[in-house]
Amino acid sequence: MKASDRVRTELTDENADGRASASDRRNGKTSGPSESSRTEKIRRAMLLTILPLLAAILTGGLLILALGENPIAFYGTIIDRGIVSPSGLQETLIRMAPLLLIAAGLIVAFSAGIWNLGGDGQFLLGASLVGGLAATVSDAMPRGLMLIFMLGMSAAVGGAWTIVPALMKARYGINEIITTLMMSAIGVNLASLIVKVWFLTPERGLQIPRTRILDVSDRLPTLFGTRVHSGLVIGLVAVIAVHLMMRHTTLGLRLNVLGANVKAAHHSGLKVSKLIVVTFLLSGMFMGLAGGVEVLGVQGLVRAGFNPALTLVVVPLVFLARMNGWVTIAFVFLLSVLTIGGELATRQAGLPNDFGLLIVALVLIFMTVAEYFEARRIRGERTVWQTMSDRLLARGGAGV
Amino acid sequence: MDAESAGSVKDSIAPLIEITGITKRFPGVLANDDISLSIEKGEVHCLLGENGAGKSTLISILSGMTRPDAGTILIEGTETEINSPRQALDLGIGTVYQHATLVPTLTVLENLILGNTKGATLDESEGRRRLDELASILGTDVDPNAVAGDLALDEQQVIEIIKALWKGKTALILDEPTAMLAPAGVAELGKMFQRLKAGGLAIVFITHMLHEAIEMGDRVTVLRQGRVAGSIGPDELRSEQSERLRDRIVEIMFGSEATELGDVAELHVDVLEDHPDQGSLEKATSDAGGRSIGAPILKLDNVSLEASPASHGLHNINLTIAEGEILGIAGVGGNGQAELAEVLAGQRRVDSGQIHLLHDGNLQRIDRLGVHARGQMGLRYVSDDRRGEATVGSMSVSINLVLKKIGDAPFWRWHIMQAGEIQRNAESAIENFDIRTPSADTNISKLSGGNIQKVILARETMSNPRIVIHNKPTHGLDVRTMLMVRERIRQMAAEGVSAVVISNHLEELLDLCDRFAVLSKGRVIGIVENGPDAERHIGDLMVGGTVS
Repeated sequence: MKASDRVRTELTDENADGRASASDRRNGKTSGPSESSRTEKIRRAMLLTILPLLAAILTGGLLILALGENPIAFYGTIIDRGIVSPSGLQETLIRMAPLLLIAAGLIVAFSAGIWNLGGDGQFLLGASLVGGLAATVSDAMPRGLMLIFMLGMSAAVGGAWTIVPALMKARYGINEIITTLMMSAIGVNLASLIVKVWFLTPERGLQIPRTRILDVSDRLPTLFGTRVHSGLVIGLVAVIAVHLMMRHTTLGLRLNVLGANVKAAHHSGLKVSKLIVVTFLLSGMFMGLAGGVEVLGVQGLVRAGFNPALTLVVVPLVFLARMNGWVTIAFVFLLSVLTIGGELATRQAGLPNDFGLLIVALVLIFMTVAEYFEARRIRGERTVWQTMSDRLLARGGAGV
Repeated sequence: MDAESAGSVKDSIAPLIEITGITKRFPGVLANDDISLSIEKGEVHCLLGENGAGKSTLISILSGMTRPDAGTILIEGTETEINSPRQALDLGIGTVYQHATLVPTLTVLENLILGNTKGATLDESEGRRRLDELASILGTDVDPNAVAGDLALDEQQVIEIIKALWKGKTALILDEPTAMLAPAGVAELGKMFQRLKAGGLAIVFITHMLHEAIEMGDRVTVLRQGRVAGSIGPDELRSEQSERLRDRIVEIMFGSEATELGDVAELHVDVLEDHPDQGSLEKATSDAGGRSIGAPILKLDNVSLEASPASHGLHNINLTIAEGEILGIAGVGGNGQAELAEVLAGQRRVDSGQIHLLHDGNLQRIDRLGVHARGQMGLRYVSDDRRGEATVGSMSVSINLVLKKIGDAPFWRWHIMQAGEIQRNAESAIENFDIRTPSADTNISKLSGGNIQKVILARETMSNPRIVIHNKPTHGLDVRTMLMVRERIRQMAAEGVSAVVISNHLEELLDLCDRFAVLSKGRVIGIVENGPDAERHIGDLMVGGTVS
């Protein structure tokens, strides 16, 4: 009697659900490209990128004002130097090349749920080996061959430097955040050591030990008569290739499954250990390549102690872009504008050079805050303020 | 429990803990339905019942982890609300959970005084004194400086009990404390219960083993579908023969056959009224027999997996499944069912033994093959962990439908995804399996459990299955989806597709299967043919009987 009652109730519930989903369908609550989803996309873009950017500019402006400088002049210089002036824009584009390659390496790793934070070591080992060998090798072979050989070598070295963390993760499940950071510390110092011990230039009277200089004519070819070297193209191609790979290929889907749900990866029969190693190698190769491109395109040599420490700034950018290649390119451009423009703007305003980084940090913080609120809104949760006022009222009521 | 209070006798008339009308509803489940029972001083009160009968919910209410929707708890006659585990401890109610709560890297003493800080410091000397006191009450030796993670399982459990007793002057609650113990450990635990009882403590203890309840309990309460199905008092427990007691408990637990069949029949009538066109459901009421069963399709020879702290492992499993046969795996959950399923699916390698699968006309060895290769040979696995393992929640229904075919034609060509093929595949699955989803592109995590199960079932059975492992195939599903899943299994069997069905619900296995293998502690302890006596045989084996 009672059992059958329960059965009946459950069946009615099920019917109610069925009706609800049918009415959803009628109301056009289906996914797929529609008018509402396009406005939704624009709204999201505004909310998640433009608004935080404006908030960061405003906050930074107030800080500059508080320091007794003119914020409008400051931002004017950033825009002029970073985008408007031809030489500044070239600097910006040059700066983008290694950042894009690093971003490509991070997209691969993060999509697969692998925290490769050892990019600096991988980058510098690639850079140092190329810096040490490029000039000598260019004596022995034509430029094109030398460049391909050097780029390949930098990628191979960067990839090789991930093998220890990769095997430790794949074999024993050891946390790669620790191992990649430790290997990075070793790599950074080893890169410096390589320059001092093996690749020291025979020139005399140097204050800082460095490698031989690669002739400007032997470096990466520049684009359209500007100073922008073809590393930018390599970087753009890398990010777009990774973007497409993650979305349309078997390897991309396998890495995405691995990153989204390791248990499901096992369950679906994916070779998890192998995929982890592949992810590390790919990621490290892009990092090493970034180092090679920076030396072959811009520096032409490597000094002992050289470490631009580019990778950790790119980490939050890639996350905020949700591993989307196109958005990453836009963010990397923004970062480059802010750093190149910021260098001059801070100098003119008499502010410390780190002030440019402060603006970058503000942008990142505001973007993260926007993400947080958006995620809460999607989950239908109450806002922080509502929750806080609830708690205060509850405490007051309880007499605490 | 203080040494002084240990000598006190029952002086009040009111029971130590009296719960009345406890009701707790979780989304879709009525976990506790108007439960009333009383727990007396100096008694061991056993809670019995199938998985999902509501035992764990009840003790989590007593230990302050969950708050009931309705009902009252009286402690020594005073109405009390237990709002947090800390409050339960302050009331003297200590709980030993099924999972380990010790910090493996800390010493025994550190673990015990961890939650009892005075100010900012840990009071070691006081802790030592209390530990000695409790160890002597329990009659064991405990090394306070041993590292918790180094201790054997039964030693760890003693520490868990001491931890629960630390402030527990009133009651000790244990959730399946014997599940991981060897018989000697169970006997030792029984002795401890006697000593604690003598001290006036009340003990509430969950077990699946009837003989433990009969030997160790003073009072037995059986829960069924969230309600108290029956109880046996101390006088009866002491006077009756254990054989008779056991029969009675089995009857209370699983119900007599008559009522069971009555319920099922009513349920089918309801569904048919709702959907007169689904005449095929009528078949659901018919017996599992009447199918022709063919040659062996899957053969397990001495399949073994080493035991680990978290698992009984598997020990010399020998099973043969014929074409078109439905084999049920019965037994209390956690006795090797998951391990068996994973070993068959290829998610886990056997440590020894062989598995053969009928392919291209002969039995081929498959125990070294992976999930994908076995899947292509027609062996499929419907996992019980729908959201955790079987699907990727952040991906679409259509991708989840081809999750085990990454790289295979026609969905991928030259390693490039063929979105059109994947979409078409999804549309046909949605149509054929009545998957309720806004679209094929919807993230699967947005679907209900029943619809996720339909997606998994579609994925595993759409392209030429030969044998399908179903792990708890209807767990948590509404009645209609449940019947649809069972009907699909039956229909495929009629077409010659074998099935291995793992379930905690005996009723489900009896409804579906031709034969049953009963698992206990990673061993097959009996094979039972479906028939009028099957339920009793399986029930006997499940509650610790010998091989018949």
